[in-house]
Amino acid sequence: MISEDLSLLLPEIVLAVYAMAALMYGVYTGKDRTMPLLTWVTAAVFAALAFWIGITGPGTHTAFNGMFIDDGFSRFVKVTVLLSGAAVLVMAQDYMVRRGLARFEYPVLVALAVVGMMVMVSAGDLMSLYMGLELQSLALYVVASLRRDSAKSTEAGLKYFVLGALSSGILLYGASLTYGFAGTTEFKGILSTIHGGHMSLGLLFGLVFLISGLAFKISAVPFHMWTPDVYEGAPTPVTAFFATAPKVAAMSLIARLLFDAFGTAPADWSQILAVLAVLSMFLGAFGAIGQTDIKRLMAYSSIAHMGYALVGLSSGTQFGVESMLMYMVIYATTNVGVFAFILSMERDGRQITDLASLNNFAAKEPLKALAILILMFSLAGVPPTVGFFAKFYVLRAAIEANMTWLAVLAVISSVIGAYYYLRIVYYMYFGQETEGLDTGTMNIVPWIMLMGTAVIMLVGIVNLFGVEGLAHAAAATLVP
Amino acid sequence: MIGLTHYLVVGAALFVIGIFGIFLNRKNVIVILMSIELMLLSVNINFVAFSHFLGDLAGQVFTMFVLTVAAAEAAIGLAILVCFFRARGSIEVDDVNMMKG
Repeated sequence: MISEDLSLLLPEIVLAVYAMAALMYGVYTGKDRTMPLLTWVTAAVFAALAFWIGITGPGTHTAFNGMFIDDGFSRFVKVTVLLSGAAVLVMAQDYMVRRGLARFEYPVLVALAVVGMMVMVSAGDLMSLYMGLELQSLALYVVASLRRDSAKSTEAGLKYFVLGALSSGILLYGASLTYGFAGTTEFKGILSTIHGGHMSLGLLFGLVFLISGLAFKISAVPFHMWTPDVYEGAPTPVTAFFATAPKVAAMSLIARLLFDAFGTAPADWSQILAVLAVLSMFLGAFGAIGQTDIKRLMAYSSIAHMGYALVGLSSGTQFGVESMLMYMVIYATTNVGVFAFILSMERDGRQITDLASLNNFAAKEPLKALAILILMFSLAGVPPTVGFFAKFYVLRAAIEANMTWLAVLAVISSVIGAYYYLRIVYYMYFGQETEGLDTGTMNIVPWIMLMGTAVIMLVGIVNLFGVEGLAHAAAATLVP
Repeated sequence: MIGLTHYLVVGAALFVIGIFGIFLNRKNVIVILMSIELMLLSVNINFVAFSHFLGDLAGQVFTMFVLTVAAAEAAIGLAILVCFFRARGSIEVDDVNMMKG
Protein backbone atom coordinates (compact mmCIF):
# COMPACT_ATOMS: atom_id res chain seq x y z
CA MET A 1 0.00 0.00 0.00
CA ILE A 2 2.65 2.50 1.04
CA SER A 3 4.82 1.53 -1.90
CA GLU A 4 1.97 2.26 -4.30
CA ASP A 5 1.53 5.67 -2.72
CA LEU A 6 5.23 6.39 -2.92
CA SER A 7 5.49 5.27 -6.53
CA LEU A 8 2.87 7.87 -7.42
CA LEU A 9 4.98 10.55 -5.78
CA LEU A 10 8.17 9.33 -7.41
CA PRO A 11 8.83 12.41 -9.60
CA GLU A 12 8.60 14.71 -6.58
CA ILE A 13 10.74 12.38 -4.45
CA VAL A 14 13.38 12.11 -7.18
CA LEU A 15 13.57 15.88 -7.50
CA ALA A 16 13.72 16.46 -3.73
CA VAL A 17 16.45 13.86 -3.31
CA TYR A 18 18.30 15.34 -6.26
CA ALA A 19 18.13 18.82 -4.71
CA MET A 20 19.62 17.58 -1.45
CA ALA A 21 22.31 15.57 -3.24
CA ALA A 22 23.18 18.62 -5.35
CA LEU A 23 23.45 20.70 -2.20
CA MET A 24 25.84 18.19 -0.65
CA TYR A 25 27.87 18.02 -3.85
CA GLY A 26 28.11 21.80 -3.99
CA VAL A 27 29.10 22.16 -0.35
CA TYR A 28 31.75 19.45 -0.32
CA THR A 29 33.40 20.14 -3.68
CA GLY A 30 33.99 23.37 -5.48
CA LYS A 31 31.32 25.55 -3.82
CA ASP A 32 30.38 28.27 -6.31
CA ARG A 33 32.64 26.86 -9.03
CA THR A 34 30.13 24.01 -9.42
CA MET A 35 27.34 26.45 -10.27
CA PRO A 36 27.44 26.14 -14.09
CA LEU A 37 27.54 22.36 -13.86
CA LEU A 38 24.73 22.21 -11.27
CA THR A 39 22.61 24.58 -13.35
CA TRP A 40 22.85 22.42 -16.44
CA VAL A 41 22.31 19.18 -14.51
CA THR A 42 19.28 20.66 -12.71
CA ALA A 43 17.80 21.81 -16.01
CA ALA A 44 18.44 18.34 -17.46
CA VAL A 45 16.71 16.74 -14.46
CA PHE A 46 13.74 19.09 -14.93
CA ALA A 47 13.51 18.19 -18.61
CA ALA A 48 13.83 14.46 -17.89
CA LEU A 49 11.09 14.65 -15.23
CA ALA A 50 8.86 16.63 -17.59
CA PHE A 51 9.33 13.92 -20.21
CA TRP A 52 8.66 11.21 -17.63
CA ILE A 53 5.47 12.87 -16.37
CA GLY A 54 4.45 13.64 -19.95
CA ILE A 55 4.56 10.02 -21.09
CA THR A 56 2.73 8.73 -18.00
CA GLY A 57 -0.48 7.16 -19.16
CA PRO A 58 -3.88 8.75 -18.60
CA GLY A 59 -6.03 8.21 -15.55
CA THR A 60 -6.55 9.70 -12.13
CA HIS A 61 -4.76 8.21 -9.15
CA THR A 62 -4.72 9.30 -5.54
CA ALA A 63 -2.19 8.57 -2.83
CA PHE A 64 -2.11 8.91 0.96
CA ASN A 65 -5.89 8.81 1.41
CA GLY A 66 -6.59 11.47 -1.16
CA MET A 67 -3.93 13.91 0.01
CA PHE A 68 -2.09 13.69 -3.28
CA ILE A 69 -3.87 13.62 -6.63
CA ASP A 70 -2.16 12.63 -9.85
CA ASP A 71 -4.48 13.47 -12.74
CA GLY A 72 -4.29 14.94 -16.21
CA PHE A 73 -4.58 18.48 -14.87
CA SER A 74 -1.68 18.15 -12.45
CA ARG A 75 0.48 16.43 -15.08
CA PHE A 76 -0.15 19.20 -17.60
CA VAL A 77 0.79 21.90 -15.11
CA LYS A 78 3.83 19.99 -13.84
CA VAL A 79 5.24 19.64 -17.34
CA THR A 80 4.72 23.38 -17.93
CA VAL A 81 6.37 24.31 -14.64
CA LEU A 82 9.34 21.99 -15.15
CA LEU A 83 10.01 23.10 -18.72
CA SER A 84 9.75 26.82 -17.96
CA GLY A 85 11.95 26.35 -14.90
CA ALA A 86 14.57 24.58 -17.01
CA ALA A 87 14.45 27.30 -19.67
CA VAL A 88 14.92 30.08 -17.12
CA LEU A 89 17.81 28.24 -15.46
CA VAL A 90 19.84 27.66 -18.60
CA MET A 91 19.30 31.07 -20.14
CA ALA A 92 20.49 32.87 -17.01
CA GLN A 93 23.55 30.75 -16.30
CA ASP A 94 25.97 32.86 -18.34
CA TYR A 95 24.51 36.10 -16.92
CA MET A 96 24.98 34.93 -13.35
CA VAL A 97 28.61 33.96 -13.89
CA ARG A 98 29.42 37.30 -15.53
CA ARG A 99 27.65 39.32 -12.83
CA GLY A 100 29.33 37.56 -9.91
CA LEU A 101 26.06 35.88 -8.95
CA ALA A 102 27.24 32.33 -9.55
CA ARG A 103 26.05 30.83 -6.28
CA PHE A 104 25.54 27.09 -6.34
CA GLU A 105 22.54 27.50 -4.02
CA TYR A 106 20.54 29.03 -6.86
CA PRO A 107 19.81 25.88 -8.88
CA VAL A 108 19.28 23.93 -5.64
CA LEU A 109 16.73 26.45 -4.37
CA VAL A 110 14.98 26.56 -7.73
CA ALA A 111 14.75 22.77 -7.66
CA LEU A 112 13.21 22.88 -4.17
CA ALA A 113 10.76 25.57 -5.24
CA VAL A 114 9.74 23.39 -8.18
CA VAL A 115 9.16 20.43 -5.83
CA GLY A 116 6.85 22.71 -3.86
CA MET A 117 4.98 23.70 -7.01
CA MET A 118 4.57 20.07 -8.06
CA VAL A 119 3.09 19.22 -4.64
CA MET A 120 0.83 22.29 -4.82
CA VAL A 121 -0.81 21.38 -8.08
CA SER A 122 -1.32 17.80 -6.92
CA ALA A 123 -2.76 18.77 -3.54
CA GLY A 124 -5.94 16.97 -2.55
CA ASP A 125 -6.03 18.24 1.00
CA LEU A 126 -5.52 21.58 2.74
CA MET A 127 -2.44 20.16 4.47
CA SER A 128 -0.62 19.16 1.30
CA LEU A 129 -1.72 22.48 -0.25
CA TYR A 130 -0.13 24.39 2.60
CA MET A 131 3.07 22.34 2.72
CA GLY A 132 3.60 22.62 -1.03
CA LEU A 133 2.89 26.33 -1.04
CA GLU A 134 5.29 26.99 1.83
CA LEU A 135 8.09 24.90 0.32
CA GLN A 136 7.76 26.97 -2.84
CA SER A 137 7.48 30.30 -1.00
CA LEU A 138 10.36 29.72 1.42
CA ALA A 139 12.70 28.86 -1.45
CA LEU A 140 11.53 31.93 -3.38
CA TYR A 141 12.10 34.31 -0.45
CA VAL A 142 15.72 33.24 -0.39
CA VAL A 143 16.35 33.52 -4.13
CA ALA A 144 14.79 37.01 -4.17
CA SER A 145 17.60 38.18 -1.88
CA LEU A 146 20.23 36.14 -3.70
CA ARG A 147 22.49 39.14 -4.15
CA ARG A 148 23.30 39.32 -0.45
CA ASP A 149 25.47 42.44 -0.61
CA SER A 150 22.98 44.55 -2.58
CA ALA A 151 20.58 46.76 -0.64
CA LYS A 152 17.99 46.49 -3.41
CA SER A 153 18.00 42.72 -3.59
CA THR A 154 17.82 42.22 0.18
CA GLU A 155 15.06 44.80 0.38
CA ALA A 156 13.15 42.93 -2.32
CA GLY A 157 13.63 39.70 -0.36
CA LEU A 158 12.46 41.35 2.86
CA LYS A 159 9.35 42.83 1.26
CA TYR A 160 8.52 39.57 -0.44
CA PHE A 161 9.03 37.68 2.80
CA VAL A 162 6.85 39.93 4.95
CA LEU A 163 3.96 40.10 2.51
CA GLY A 164 4.33 36.43 1.57
CA ALA A 165 4.22 35.40 5.23
CA LEU A 166 1.17 37.63 5.74
CA SER A 167 -0.56 35.93 2.83
CA SER A 168 0.32 32.50 4.23
CA GLY A 169 -1.24 33.57 7.52
CA ILE A 170 -4.43 34.67 5.80
CA LEU A 171 -4.52 31.44 3.80
CA LEU A 172 -4.07 29.41 6.98
CA TYR A 173 -6.82 31.30 8.78
CA GLY A 174 -9.09 30.42 5.89
CA ALA A 175 -7.95 26.81 6.09
CA SER A 176 -8.78 26.69 9.81
CA LEU A 177 -12.28 28.09 9.24
CA THR A 178 -12.84 25.70 6.36
CA TYR A 179 -11.72 22.82 8.52
CA GLY A 180 -13.95 23.90 11.39
CA PHE A 181 -17.10 24.30 9.35
CA ALA A 182 -16.59 21.38 6.99
CA GLY A 183 -15.17 19.03 9.61
CA THR A 184 -12.39 17.84 7.32
CA THR A 185 -9.36 19.15 5.50
CA GLU A 186 -9.80 16.87 2.51
CA PHE A 187 -11.04 18.55 -0.68
CA LYS A 188 -13.46 15.70 -1.38
CA GLY A 189 -14.86 15.92 2.13
CA ILE A 190 -15.30 19.69 1.91
CA LEU A 191 -17.12 19.28 -1.40
CA SER A 192 -19.52 16.74 0.14
CA THR A 193 -20.61 19.23 2.83
CA ILE A 194 -21.89 21.72 0.26
CA HIS A 195 -25.48 20.88 -0.63
CA GLY A 196 -27.52 22.39 -3.39
CA GLY A 197 -24.96 25.01 -4.33
CA HIS A 198 -25.12 26.75 -0.97
CA MET A 199 -22.42 26.75 1.65
CA SER A 200 -22.61 27.78 5.26
CA LEU A 201 -21.48 31.27 6.23
CA GLY A 202 -18.41 29.94 8.06
CA LEU A 203 -17.32 27.99 5.01
CA LEU A 204 -17.82 31.05 2.83
CA PHE A 205 -15.57 33.07 5.15
CA GLY A 206 -12.96 30.32 4.93
CA LEU A 207 -13.21 30.37 1.14
CA VAL A 208 -12.73 34.14 0.99
CA PHE A 209 -9.65 33.95 3.21
CA LEU A 210 -8.24 31.08 1.14
CA ILE A 211 -8.74 33.00 -2.12
CA SER A 212 -7.17 36.14 -0.59
CA GLY A 213 -4.10 34.18 0.50
CA LEU A 214 -3.70 32.63 -2.94
CA ALA A 215 -4.36 35.93 -4.74
CA PHE A 216 -1.17 37.21 -3.07
CA LYS A 217 0.82 34.45 -4.73
CA ILE A 218 -0.43 35.30 -8.21
CA SER A 219 -0.19 39.04 -7.42
CA ALA A 220 -3.81 39.79 -8.22
CA VAL A 221 -5.05 43.23 -7.20
CA PRO A 222 -5.62 44.20 -4.32
CA PHE A 223 -2.83 41.87 -3.15
CA HIS A 224 -0.29 42.98 -5.75
CA MET A 225 1.74 45.63 -3.91
CA TRP A 226 4.84 43.46 -3.52
CA THR A 227 5.16 42.66 -7.22
CA PRO A 228 6.75 45.81 -8.74
CA ASP A 229 9.29 46.16 -5.93
CA VAL A 230 10.27 42.50 -5.89
CA TYR A 231 10.52 42.35 -9.69
CA GLU A 232 12.71 45.44 -9.73
CA GLY A 233 14.90 44.58 -6.77
CA ALA A 234 15.53 40.88 -7.32
CA PRO A 235 18.35 39.86 -9.69
CA THR A 236 17.02 39.63 -13.25
CA PRO A 237 17.31 35.80 -13.57
CA VAL A 238 15.27 35.49 -10.37
CA THR A 239 12.68 37.93 -11.71
CA ALA A 240 12.46 35.83 -14.86
CA PHE A 241 11.78 32.78 -12.71
CA PHE A 242 9.16 34.62 -10.59
CA ALA A 243 7.32 35.70 -13.71
CA THR A 244 6.93 32.18 -15.09
CA ALA A 245 6.74 28.92 -13.12
CA PRO A 246 5.35 30.13 -9.73
CA LYS A 247 2.58 32.06 -11.46
CA VAL A 248 1.52 29.00 -13.46
CA ALA A 249 1.59 26.80 -10.37
CA ALA A 250 -0.31 29.22 -8.11
CA MET A 251 -2.98 29.88 -10.72
CA SER A 252 -3.46 26.14 -11.17
CA LEU A 253 -3.62 25.71 -7.41
CA ILE A 254 -6.53 28.18 -7.30
CA ALA A 255 -8.30 26.18 -9.99
CA ARG A 256 -7.61 22.95 -8.13
CA LEU A 257 -8.91 24.28 -4.82
CA LEU A 258 -12.02 25.94 -6.22
CA PHE A 259 -13.12 23.05 -8.39
CA ASP A 260 -12.12 20.15 -6.15
CA ALA A 261 -13.24 21.61 -2.82
CA PHE A 262 -15.89 24.19 -3.74
CA GLY A 263 -16.88 23.08 -7.24
CA THR A 264 -20.57 22.60 -6.52
CA ALA A 265 -21.06 26.24 -5.55
CA PRO A 266 -19.42 28.16 -8.42
CA ALA A 267 -21.78 31.12 -7.99
CA ASP A 268 -20.16 31.91 -4.65
CA TRP A 269 -16.59 32.24 -5.89
CA SER A 270 -16.87 33.21 -9.54
CA GLN A 271 -17.92 36.74 -8.56
CA ILE A 272 -14.92 37.12 -6.26
CA LEU A 273 -12.62 36.02 -9.06
CA ALA A 274 -14.34 38.33 -11.55
CA VAL A 275 -13.75 41.33 -9.27
CA LEU A 276 -10.11 40.35 -8.76
CA ALA A 277 -9.75 39.93 -12.53
CA VAL A 278 -11.20 43.35 -13.39
CA LEU A 279 -9.10 45.14 -10.77
CA SER A 280 -5.91 43.33 -11.85
CA MET A 281 -6.43 44.02 -15.55
CA PHE A 282 -7.03 47.73 -15.07
CA LEU A 283 -4.39 48.35 -12.43
CA GLY A 284 -1.86 46.41 -14.53
CA ALA A 285 -2.74 48.46 -17.61
CA PHE A 286 -2.69 51.87 -15.92
CA GLY A 287 0.19 51.18 -13.55
CA ALA A 288 2.57 50.24 -16.34
CA ILE A 289 2.06 53.43 -18.32
CA GLY A 290 4.30 55.65 -16.22
CA GLN A 291 7.10 53.14 -15.70
CA THR A 292 10.63 53.78 -16.91
CA ASP A 293 12.19 50.54 -15.71
CA ILE A 294 11.51 47.53 -17.91
CA LYS A 295 11.48 45.12 -14.95
CA ARG A 296 8.85 47.18 -13.15
CA LEU A 297 6.92 47.38 -16.40
CA MET A 298 6.98 43.59 -16.68
CA ALA A 299 5.68 43.40 -13.10
CA TYR A 300 2.61 45.45 -14.00
CA SER A 301 2.29 43.45 -17.19
CA SER A 302 2.21 40.23 -15.17
CA ILE A 303 -0.44 41.68 -12.83
CA ALA A 304 -2.59 42.44 -15.88
CA HIS A 305 -1.99 38.98 -17.36
CA MET A 306 -3.05 37.31 -14.11
CA GLY A 307 -6.27 39.29 -14.47
CA TYR A 308 -6.93 37.81 -17.91
CA ALA A 309 -6.22 34.29 -16.68
CA LEU A 310 -8.66 34.89 -13.80
CA VAL A 311 -11.30 35.92 -16.36
CA GLY A 312 -11.12 32.41 -17.75
CA LEU A 313 -11.24 30.84 -14.32
CA SER A 314 -14.13 32.98 -13.09
CA SER A 315 -16.41 31.55 -15.75
CA GLY A 316 -16.48 28.40 -13.62
CA THR A 317 -16.74 26.06 -16.58
CA GLN A 318 -14.56 23.36 -18.06
CA PHE A 319 -13.79 25.58 -21.01
CA GLY A 320 -12.82 28.31 -18.56
CA VAL A 321 -10.17 26.09 -17.00
CA GLU A 322 -8.96 25.07 -20.44
CA SER A 323 -8.61 28.70 -21.50
CA MET A 324 -6.81 29.54 -18.25
CA LEU A 325 -4.31 26.71 -18.79
CA MET A 326 -3.62 27.82 -22.35
CA TYR A 327 -3.29 31.41 -21.24
CA MET A 328 -0.73 30.49 -18.60
CA VAL A 329 1.34 28.34 -20.98
CA ILE A 330 1.43 31.10 -23.59
CA TYR A 331 2.16 33.74 -20.95
CA ALA A 332 5.06 31.73 -19.53
CA THR A 333 6.54 31.09 -22.98
CA THR A 334 6.37 34.75 -23.97
CA ASN A 335 7.93 35.84 -20.69
CA VAL A 336 10.84 33.45 -21.13
CA GLY A 337 11.62 35.20 -24.42
CA VAL A 338 11.22 38.73 -23.05
CA PHE A 339 13.41 38.04 -20.04
CA ALA A 340 16.06 36.38 -22.22
CA PHE A 341 16.30 39.78 -23.86
CA ILE A 342 16.22 41.79 -20.61
CA LEU A 343 19.13 39.67 -19.34
CA SER A 344 21.23 40.84 -22.27
CA MET A 345 20.52 44.56 -21.82
CA GLU A 346 23.77 46.25 -20.84
CA ARG A 347 25.80 49.36 -21.48
CA ASP A 348 29.56 49.54 -20.96
CA GLY A 349 29.44 46.08 -19.46
CA ARG A 350 26.94 47.09 -16.75
CA GLN A 351 23.42 45.86 -16.60
CA ILE A 352 20.77 48.44 -17.42
CA THR A 353 17.00 48.16 -17.24
CA ASP A 354 16.03 51.68 -18.26
CA LEU A 355 13.43 51.80 -21.02
CA ALA A 356 15.08 54.80 -22.66
CA SER A 357 18.18 52.71 -23.36
CA LEU A 358 16.14 50.89 -26.02
CA ASN A 359 16.18 54.02 -28.19
CA ASN A 360 17.03 53.18 -31.79
CA PHE A 361 17.83 49.59 -30.92
CA ALA A 362 16.37 48.36 -34.21
CA ALA A 363 19.03 50.18 -36.23
CA LYS A 364 21.78 48.30 -34.40
CA GLU A 365 20.29 44.84 -34.02
CA PRO A 366 17.36 44.48 -36.41
CA LEU A 367 16.83 40.76 -35.82
CA LYS A 368 16.59 41.00 -32.05
CA ALA A 369 14.40 44.09 -32.31
CA LEU A 370 12.08 42.15 -34.61
CA ALA A 371 11.88 39.29 -32.10
CA ILE A 372 11.01 41.71 -29.30
CA LEU A 373 8.41 43.32 -31.54
CA ILE A 374 6.73 39.97 -32.06
CA LEU A 375 6.84 39.15 -28.33
CA MET A 376 5.41 42.55 -27.39
CA PHE A 377 2.63 42.17 -29.96
CA SER A 378 1.93 38.77 -28.47
CA LEU A 379 1.78 40.16 -24.93
CA ALA A 380 -0.55 42.90 -26.12
CA GLY A 381 -2.71 40.35 -27.93
CA VAL A 382 -2.35 41.65 -31.47
CA PRO A 383 -3.98 39.19 -33.91
CA PRO A 384 -1.32 37.42 -35.97
CA THR A 385 0.39 36.14 -32.84
CA VAL A 386 -0.33 33.37 -30.34
CA GLY A 387 -1.01 35.94 -27.61
CA PHE A 388 -4.18 36.91 -29.46
CA PHE A 389 -5.51 33.39 -29.20
CA ALA A 390 -4.72 33.29 -25.49
CA LYS A 391 -6.94 36.32 -24.94
CA PHE A 392 -9.52 35.08 -27.45
CA TYR A 393 -10.05 31.86 -25.50
CA VAL A 394 -10.50 33.51 -22.10
CA LEU A 395 -12.94 36.02 -23.61
CA ARG A 396 -14.88 33.19 -25.23
CA ALA A 397 -15.03 31.40 -21.88
CA ALA A 398 -16.42 34.52 -20.21
CA ILE A 399 -19.03 35.08 -22.93
CA GLU A 400 -20.15 31.43 -22.90
CA ALA A 401 -20.69 31.75 -19.15
CA ASN A 402 -22.94 34.79 -19.69
CA MET A 403 -20.36 37.23 -18.36
CA THR A 404 -20.24 39.48 -21.39
CA TRP A 405 -19.62 42.56 -19.21
CA LEU A 406 -16.41 40.93 -18.00
CA ALA A 407 -15.29 40.23 -21.55
CA VAL A 408 -16.01 43.82 -22.56
CA LEU A 409 -13.96 45.16 -19.66
CA ALA A 410 -11.13 42.77 -20.55
CA VAL A 411 -11.05 44.07 -24.12
CA ILE A 412 -11.01 47.69 -22.96
CA SER A 413 -8.15 47.07 -20.55
CA SER A 414 -6.16 45.16 -23.16
CA VAL A 415 -6.46 48.16 -25.51
CA ILE A 416 -5.09 50.38 -22.74
CA GLY A 417 -2.37 47.82 -22.03
CA ALA A 418 -1.34 47.77 -25.68
CA TYR A 419 -0.07 51.32 -25.23
CA TYR A 420 2.91 50.43 -23.10
CA TYR A 421 3.84 47.32 -25.05
CA LEU A 422 3.81 49.34 -28.24
CA ARG A 423 5.80 52.09 -26.52
CA ILE A 424 8.70 49.65 -26.21
CA VAL A 425 8.42 48.91 -29.93
CA TYR A 426 8.21 52.65 -30.63
CA TYR A 427 11.43 53.29 -28.70
CA MET A 428 13.23 50.57 -30.61
CA TYR A 429 12.17 51.67 -34.08
CA PHE A 430 11.50 55.41 -33.87
CA GLY A 431 13.30 56.48 -30.70
CA GLN A 432 15.68 59.42 -30.55
CA GLU A 433 19.37 59.03 -31.13
CA THR A 434 20.68 58.63 -27.59
CA GLU A 435 23.16 56.50 -25.80
CA GLY A 436 21.89 53.01 -26.46
CA LEU A 437 22.66 49.48 -25.50
CA ASP A 438 25.88 47.59 -26.16
CA THR A 439 25.58 45.24 -29.09
CA GLY A 440 26.64 41.65 -29.31
CA THR A 441 26.22 41.04 -25.61
CA MET A 442 23.88 38.12 -25.99
CA ASN A 443 25.06 34.62 -25.34
CA ILE A 444 23.92 31.77 -27.57
CA VAL A 445 21.46 30.20 -25.10
CA PRO A 446 19.38 33.35 -24.40
CA TRP A 447 19.56 34.13 -28.11
CA ILE A 448 18.00 30.76 -28.90
CA MET A 449 15.32 31.36 -26.25
CA LEU A 450 14.51 34.81 -27.62
CA MET A 451 14.36 33.75 -31.26
CA GLY A 452 12.67 30.44 -30.41
CA THR A 453 9.84 32.05 -28.47
CA ALA A 454 9.39 34.70 -31.15
CA VAL A 455 9.11 32.01 -33.82
CA ILE A 456 6.70 30.06 -31.61
CA MET A 457 4.52 33.15 -31.28
CA LEU A 458 4.20 33.30 -35.07
CA VAL A 459 4.21 29.65 -36.12
CA GLY A 460 2.04 28.62 -33.18
CA ILE A 461 -1.06 30.17 -34.72
CA VAL A 462 -1.27 27.22 -37.11
CA ASN A 463 -2.27 24.71 -34.44
CA LEU A 464 -0.90 26.10 -31.14
CA PHE A 465 1.45 23.05 -31.17
CA GLY A 466 -1.38 20.84 -29.96
CA VAL A 467 -1.49 22.59 -26.57
CA GLU A 468 -5.20 23.19 -27.09
CA GLY A 469 -5.99 19.46 -27.12
CA LEU A 470 -3.75 18.79 -24.14
CA ALA A 471 -5.28 21.64 -22.15
CA HIS A 472 -8.74 20.37 -23.06
CA ALA A 473 -7.92 16.89 -21.76
CA ALA A 474 -6.33 18.37 -18.63
CA ALA A 475 -9.34 20.59 -17.89
CA ALA A 476 -11.67 17.64 -18.44
CA THR A 477 -10.03 15.73 -15.58
CA LEU A 478 -10.53 18.65 -13.19
CA VAL A 479 -14.06 19.64 -14.21
CA PRO A 480 -16.04 16.59 -15.28
CA MET B 1 -18.26 26.71 30.64
CA ILE B 2 -15.78 27.70 27.96
CA GLY B 3 -17.17 26.81 24.54
CA LEU B 4 -15.88 26.79 21.00
CA THR B 5 -16.91 30.41 20.45
CA HIS B 6 -14.58 31.64 23.17
CA TYR B 7 -11.62 29.98 21.56
CA LEU B 8 -12.56 31.33 18.15
CA VAL B 9 -12.86 34.84 19.52
CA VAL B 10 -9.40 34.59 21.07
CA GLY B 11 -8.03 33.25 17.79
CA ALA B 12 -9.68 36.01 15.76
CA ALA B 13 -8.48 38.71 18.18
CA LEU B 14 -4.88 37.49 18.05
CA PHE B 15 -5.05 37.23 14.26
CA VAL B 16 -6.27 40.81 13.92
CA ILE B 17 -3.62 42.03 16.37
CA GLY B 18 -1.03 40.28 14.20
CA ILE B 19 -2.27 41.94 11.00
CA PHE B 20 -2.37 45.36 12.68
CA GLY B 21 1.11 44.75 14.03
CA ILE B 22 2.37 44.39 10.45
CA PHE B 23 0.61 47.43 9.02
CA LEU B 24 0.62 49.94 11.84
CA ASN B 25 4.12 49.31 13.14
CA ARG B 26 6.54 51.99 11.94
CA LYS B 27 9.58 51.11 13.99
CA ASN B 28 11.31 47.84 13.61
CA VAL B 29 11.22 44.87 11.25
CA ILE B 30 11.67 42.44 14.16
CA VAL B 31 8.21 43.49 15.39
CA ILE B 32 6.85 42.45 11.99
CA LEU B 33 8.39 39.00 12.40
CA MET B 34 6.73 38.73 15.82
CA SER B 35 3.39 39.78 14.33
CA ILE B 36 3.68 37.08 11.67
CA GLU B 37 4.36 34.53 14.38
CA LEU B 38 1.31 35.77 16.29
CA MET B 39 -0.89 35.28 13.21
CA LEU B 40 0.29 31.73 12.73
CA LEU B 41 -0.22 30.88 16.40
CA SER B 42 -3.74 32.32 16.42
CA VAL B 43 -4.51 29.98 13.53
CA ASN B 44 -3.18 27.14 15.65
CA ILE B 45 -5.62 28.02 18.43
CA ASN B 46 -8.41 27.82 15.87
CA PHE B 47 -7.23 24.46 14.61
CA VAL B 48 -6.85 22.90 18.04
CA ALA B 49 -10.20 24.25 19.23
CA PHE B 50 -11.99 22.95 16.15
CA SER B 51 -10.17 19.67 16.42
CA HIS B 52 -11.26 19.21 20.04
CA PHE B 53 -14.89 20.13 19.46
CA LEU B 54 -15.18 18.11 16.25
CA GLY B 55 -13.52 15.10 17.85
CA ASP B 56 -11.25 14.86 14.81
CA LEU B 57 -7.47 14.63 14.95
CA ALA B 58 -6.68 16.21 11.57
CA GLY B 59 -6.68 19.73 13.05
CA GLN B 60 -3.99 18.85 15.54
CA VAL B 61 -1.88 17.22 12.85
CA PHE B 62 -2.23 20.41 10.82
CA THR B 63 -1.08 22.38 13.86
CA MET B 64 2.12 20.35 14.01
CA PHE B 65 2.83 21.16 10.36
CA VAL B 66 2.11 24.85 10.93
CA LEU B 67 4.48 24.96 13.89
CA THR B 68 7.26 23.34 11.86
CA VAL B 69 6.79 25.68 8.92
CA ALA B 70 6.58 28.71 11.25
CA ALA B 71 9.98 27.81 12.67
CA ALA B 72 11.49 27.53 9.18
CA GLU B 73 9.82 30.75 8.15
CA ALA B 74 11.21 32.64 11.16
CA ALA B 75 14.70 31.33 10.41
CA ILE B 76 14.53 32.49 6.80
CA GLY B 77 13.03 35.84 7.79
CA LEU B 78 15.82 36.50 10.26
CA ALA B 79 18.46 35.44 7.74
CA ILE B 80 17.10 37.88 5.16
CA LEU B 81 16.92 40.55 7.84
CA VAL B 82 20.58 40.01 8.76
CA CYS B 83 21.57 40.42 5.10
CA PHE B 84 19.43 43.55 4.88
CA PHE B 85 21.07 44.97 7.99
CA ARG B 86 24.54 44.31 6.56
CA ALA B 87 23.61 46.09 3.34
CA ARG B 88 21.76 49.06 4.85
CA GLY B 89 22.99 49.31 8.44
CA SER B 90 19.46 49.66 9.80
CA ILE B 91 16.33 47.61 10.40
CA GLU B 92 13.91 50.51 10.73
CA VAL B 93 10.73 49.95 8.76
CA ASP B 94 11.01 53.45 7.30
CA ASP B 95 14.38 52.55 5.83
CA VAL B 96 12.90 49.77 3.69
CA ASN B 97 12.24 52.32 0.98
CA MET B 98 14.83 52.12 -1.79
CA MET B 99 12.12 51.23 -4.25
CA LYS B 100 8.87 53.12 -4.26
CA GLY B 101 5.76 51.09 -3.74
